[in-house]
Amino acid sequence: MSPPDPLPIPLDTVITGEKARVVSVRAKGQLRKRLLEMGIIPGAIIESIRVAPLGDPVEFRVKGYNLSIRKGDASCIEVVMEVE
Amino acid sequence: MKKAITVALAGNPNVGKTTLFNTLTGSRQHVGNWPGVTVEKKEGIREYSGRTIEVTDLPGTYSLTAYSADEVVARNFIIEDRPDVVVQVVDASNLERNLYLTMQLAELGRPVIIALNMVDVAEGRGDTIDEKRLAELLAMPVIRTVGTSGEGLLDLLDAVVAIAAKGEKHTHTIGYGDDAEALISDLVGILDDDPDLAPRYPLRWLAVRLIEGDADIRRVVSGSSVGDAVSARLADIDFDEYEATLADKRYEAIGAILPQACTICVRKMTGSDMIDRVVTNKYLGIPIFLALMWGAFQLTFAVAEPFMAGIEYIFGWLGEGVAASVGPEWLASLLGDGVIGGVGGVLVFVPNIFILFLILSILEGSGYLARGAFIMDRLMYAIGLPGKSFIPMLMGFGCNVPAIMSTRTIEDERDRLITILVNPFISCGARLPVYILFAGVFFGRDAGNVIFGMYILGILVAILSAKLFRSTVLPGESSPFIMEMPPYRIPTLKNALLNMWEKGSTYLKKAGGIILIGSLIVWFLASYPAGVGYGSEESFAGMIGKFVEPLVAPLGLDWKIAVALIFGFVAKEIVVSSLGVLYGAEEGSAALSDALLADPALSAAGALAVMVFVLLYMPCVATLAVIKKETGSWRWAGFSVLYGLVVAWSLAFVTFHVAGFFLGGA
Repeated sequence: MSPPDPLPIPLDTVITGEKARVVSVRAKGQLRKRLLEMGIIPGAIIESIRVAPLGDPVEFRVKGYNLSIRKGDASCIEVVMEVE
Repeated sequence: MKKAITVALAGNPNVGKTTLFNTLTGSRQHVGNWPGVTVEKKEGIREYSGRTIEVTDLPGTYSLTAYSADEVVARNFIIEDRPDVVVQVVDASNLERNLYLTMQLAELGRPVIIALNMVDVAEGRGDTIDEKRLAELLAMPVIRTVGTSGEGLLDLLDAVVAIAAKGEKHTHTIGYGDDAEALISDLVGILDDDPDLAPRYPLRWLAVRLIEGDADIRRVVSGSSVGDAVSARLADIDFDEYEATLADKRYEAIGAILPQACTICVRKMTGSDMIDRVVTNKYLGIPIFLALMWGAFQLTFAVAEPFMAGIEYIFGWLGEGVAASVGPEWLASLLGDGVIGGVGGVLVFVPNIFILFLILSILEGSGYLARGAFIMDRLMYAIGLPGKSFIPMLMGFGCNVPAIMSTRTIEDERDRLITILVNPFISCGARLPVYILFAGVFFGRDAGNVIFGMYILGILVAILSAKLFRSTVLPGESSPFIMEMPPYRIPTLKNALLNMWEKGSTYLKKAGGIILIGSLIVWFLASYPAGVGYGSEESFAGMIGKFVEPLVAPLGLDWKIAVALIFGFVAKEIVVSSLGVLYGAEEGSAALSDALLADPALSAAGALAVMVFVLLYMPCVATLAVIKKETGSWRWAGFSVLYGLVVAWSLAFVTFHVAGFFLGGA
């Protein structure tokens, strides 16, 4: 087993340019379904690319493509920082 | 003669599916609606090696979990219509996520062929894809295609014909791990006891959907003879947990396949990223967005102008010709005033609408519309709408009918309803003729500013109404906004033109059908009872106008405008043609503009009030029909009419008095 992971943080706190690994998706219903099928599953590496001009939503790169998620929705996704 | 081969074209959004469909079927397309819903249904035919191939273009979806109408349509077609072959168009430059849908398609039991599209893009940036190995691992044919050039098309058709001839089911599915598989096999055992289910559904797929908590499928199964047994087996299951496990297993299966067949280059910075650095920049993003929208707007009207002048000339010439050569007099009047006058006044705006849709489809095809939604989402969210309603709002500037149809992409029912209900306030192309006429006549050089002001007013009313609906009749949070940001692409002219033609011809049909009937009704009401002066106070039209005149008098308007407004319900551009008819009667052959200017009952403030009223009052009959269809009830359609009338009257009243104070005339 690998050493214990650091404490998970919500995805919306990951700053632009940083990479993180998804630990859990704490959303329900529609949001959960959509996140899972778009590839935001535990273990996925997700990178924060840019923030929209008005401060929300945020564009992320996951599984080789880009998608935008609102900060409120991203806060349901727990991640740990990925060290390069 | 052999039976036609049926092919369903499936795939994620933004993978070039429409381009491939267009290349595959050429002009032999039929655009309609799926039964019961207004998701667009495109069908096309291709003759190939002695066989007729019928292609149905399914809506683009990321998955088949069926929580949006698009997904339900796609999955029901494959399950119920049993196409001979399912062709999934896959973006080779975005394989991992694209193959998620493949994993789900494979469970539906129909043979699947992968059209590996945009290989040129993927390989151009250094990826390598071994499609033979990929085909082995997926246990389905994989054909390289480049939709824009037609490369690989014949190979794809060969594969379709070959697979259809075999007529085998696809049986290769992925495993979901011991725990889930035990549950799936229990459920399959139970489901198998109902002899009605197995012929209609692949049982393994039913079981998978059940443990993922699919409400639709649960209803189907509950109604069967094994409903109770299934419920008992599912009693203590954590659906959320299984949902995550199954999604994970699908990606795990993809993760096991991909490295064996492809090498994906790690890219630090793509061309799209560079463009996005500028167009979604913190400071430049919004100005660029507004500038593009303004440019699109200007282009629409500047480019259309010579065409409009040409059409006006032709209809003017036709009208004169008919008046001079046709007898008896009533027939000349019917043809000249009713038919040519009415339809001509509508057709003249066709160039505007075509160009607007051309620009919109170019913006969409290039990938910029997604950036627009990204930039505008914060704002849309603030007014209680999802970022996705930005697109219907934008479409609304062309025509509210397709705009309201495009709300189908919004999953949440309340979000959709609000987007639909505020859409009629977005000033469609049909209202423009009214503004052009009145602003042109009464505001001369300021006409452009006045017209722009109308558009802004419409947007403001839409925003405030959305907020109002969100806090009163349709309370609740707006739905999550999770949107793919597709890479920028150069849109193909063929797609843009086909899209323009589809959308534009919708308007044309409206002009030819409903509006012709409307024009004839206007002509009848203005000409009868027999013997009255055309459009005079004694005609039916005049009587109706006189009757409602007290209602519009506080807005500075008289019975003629009232009549035109009533007829405008048929379609808002009819306001112009009916005014032509009504004033034409009084002023002989003088142009409508001169007639309006000469009318002492109409002031500049009154003209503004007319424009505000036309902008906001009830949706036209075609829009109303779509609202009824999309919301499923006359209740919301009726609400839309009443709300619109109240808002229009109130704001026109305020406009008339405020403008009257500054301009005089109130």
